[in-house]
Amino acid sequence: MLICLVTYAQNWQTNPDATFCTFCWRTFGLAIFVGMICSDRKGKGPCFEIKAKKSGLLGGTEQVPVLELRQISKNFGAIRALTGVDLSLEAGEVLGLMGDNGAGKSTMVKIIAGNFPPSGGEIFVDGQPVHFNKPVEAREKGIEVVYQDLALCNNLTASANVFLGREIKKGFGPFKWLDHAEMVRRSGLLFAELKSETRPRDLVRQMSGGQRQAVAIARTRLSEPKVVLMDEPTAAISVRQVAEVLDLIRRLRDSGHAVVLISHRMPDVFSVCDRVAVMRRGTKVADKLIKDSSPEEVTGLITGAINVA
Amino acid sequence: MSHEAPKSTAATGGNVAIEGVLGIQEKTLVQSLFASQAFWVTVALALICGFMTWYEPHFGSIENFYNITRNFAFIGIMALGMTVVIITGGIDLSVGSIMGVVAVASGLVLEAEYPWWLAILAGLGAGLICGLINGYFVAFLNLSPFVVTLGMLSIARSFAVVLSGNRMIYNFGPGGPMFKIWGGGAFLGVANPVWFLVIFTVLLAVVLRMTAWGRHLMAIGGNEHAANLTGVPVKWVKMQAYALSALSAAFAAILNVGWSGSAINALGQSYELRAIASTVIGGANLMGGEGGAYGALIGSALIEVIRNALLMAGVDSNWQGTFVGSFIVLAVLLERIRGKRRE
Ligand SMILES: Nc1ncnc2c1ncn2[C@@H]1O[C@H](COP(=O)(O)OP(=O)(O)OP(=O)(O)O)[C@@H](O)[C@H]1O
Ligand SMILES: [Mg+2]
Repeated sequence: MLICLVTYAQNWQTNPDATFCTFCWRTFGLAIFVGMICSDRKGKGPCFEIKAKKSGLLGGTEQVPVLELRQISKNFGAIRALTGVDLSLEAGEVLGLMGDNGAGKSTMVKIIAGNFPPSGGEIFVDGQPVHFNKPVEAREKGIEVVYQDLALCNNLTASANVFLGREIKKGFGPFKWLDHAEMVRRSGLLFAELKSETRPRDLVRQMSGGQRQAVAIARTRLSEPKVVLMDEPTAAISVRQVAEVLDLIRRLRDSGHAVVLISHRMPDVFSVCDRVAVMRRGTKVADKLIKDSSPEEVTGLITGAINVA
Repeated sequence: MSHEAPKSTAATGGNVAIEGVLGIQEKTLVQSLFASQAFWVTVALALICGFMTWYEPHFGSIENFYNITRNFAFIGIMALGMTVVIITGGIDLSVGSIMGVVAVASGLVLEAEYPWWLAILAGLGAGLICGLINGYFVAFLNLSPFVVTLGMLSIARSFAVVLSGNRMIYNFGPGGPMFKIWGGGAFLGVANPVWFLVIFTVLLAVVLRMTAWGRHLMAIGGNEHAANLTGVPVKWVKMQAYALSALSAAFAAILNVGWSGSAINALGQSYELRAIASTVIGGANLMGGEGGAYGALIGSALIEVIRNALLMAGVDSNWQGTFVGSFIVLAVLLERIRGKRRE
């Protein structure tokens, strides 16, 4: 019993709205097998409904940036991965984020996505300060991510990966079953949208690099997010699919989403982004409109040949 | 809840084309059957049974069938719980000792003349507490499952010895007869523990395939980090896995006490190894992310049949440990070879 209370206390710290009742249910519910069958505690906030509300908000918030970072810094022990980064993003804007290897791009994405907290600074979503303890919390605020390492489970199928953590279920009352057919159908539609030759029932283990990327990108399409962060989504894919991903980014922008595209490919950034930000050694050294910049200048900024723009 | 199709311009055009893709399974049913370890273990089991019946007719007798199935039912039930833990990439070494504690707890309650159902609840409760402690340390404090459950192996066993006052408990009081029916009775000529094994196997198979919880177990074993990023409640699922494993051991212990009619604190010694061997032989991957309910059942059956066959062939029963041990190593070796071929 003591242990249970400790568990509860710990859980309460990270998740203050957990009631003692749900705690008891979670812990002791498993005494009954049936209790586990319906242990879909994450399922009680179906993303689809939340999104419907959010998309209604999108129209009226042009003035306030959807996402704003103020003086964000991050230290890993002695390593200073980010120092004092400011960044703001409007709805319907595509920002290209460039920088050398190790410049801190992925670290920034992970902070925004709630993988770990910043060592200093503040994050605002729609003008409201946010503190994410878990990746799901960022997702609930409308932030979707394609991670650089894709975050896929090799032992599961493509459709299982797409819907991981927000499975479609059917059933009655507390009995909820996975709706395999519906998940396969919908992920098939998403892959078709990306013009990717990815079969929903295939295991991710056997997939090519491009197919794996398609799975990770398809995942962000499940909801109607405010911000989509893409960490090198075009690194391993064919010319045809790069065009599709860039097209998807344009469609996202046109429907009022904000997109951050991290890429090492200059042509991609210059063809799809409205603005480009350049990182060097953990600081932002430039942030300007694409039309006021040039690939040569950006290259100079990345390498350090040009110091500030 | 609305699951509207993704709003896309391409989707309508692609609709015709994707119908073909959706149906494609990576492997046909027959192919995936031949690729599954559990299938080949079933074949091996059938061959051994066939050979033994020919070699020693007594092996095929109804009486021997009754004994063999009942013997592996206990291990099989534990192996089901073990499967859940192994799928997450963990291991539970404490199940044997948990059986000891559970046996003593149930025995003491019966001895104190409480009703049979209270004895069962006490046993399950004792097991659940051990499992929750395991799960808490592994999932929330991030300790290695090997270390945590090894510690529990020692703690639970010593608890069992202390609680029992190091004696055998067989004076079961008025609740005894009802309690004994659970593990000692039979239905339609098959021992009750075997029925429980079959029911639990079906239940677990359904849970693994049809529920989000089952899928989350697989995801955690495949890539725990990714599971966490995508919103799987990794810590809770892991904790529940250890609790379930302990509960299955507790249930096996209750059946075992009912069958043998006495509770000893040494119950379940070295059973953890047999449970692990069963799951691994049935095709579970010790690295996590792979395993099934049927595999656990058939793995435990194979071990018991071989043990029984060796006994009948006149091999000293003390060799049992040798062959269970070699089986684990062999199964893992097989898994490694299969894994290599897949790369
Ligand atoms: N978990 C961590 N622990 C310690 N150091 C880290 C960690 N994650 C990142 N770093 C360090 O932070 C710095 C920035 O890394 P980051 O991954 O953000 O670079 P990046 O800009 O994404 O590079 P790339 O273009 O290669 O993806 C690097 O020096 C890296 O070594
Ligand atoms: Mg990176």
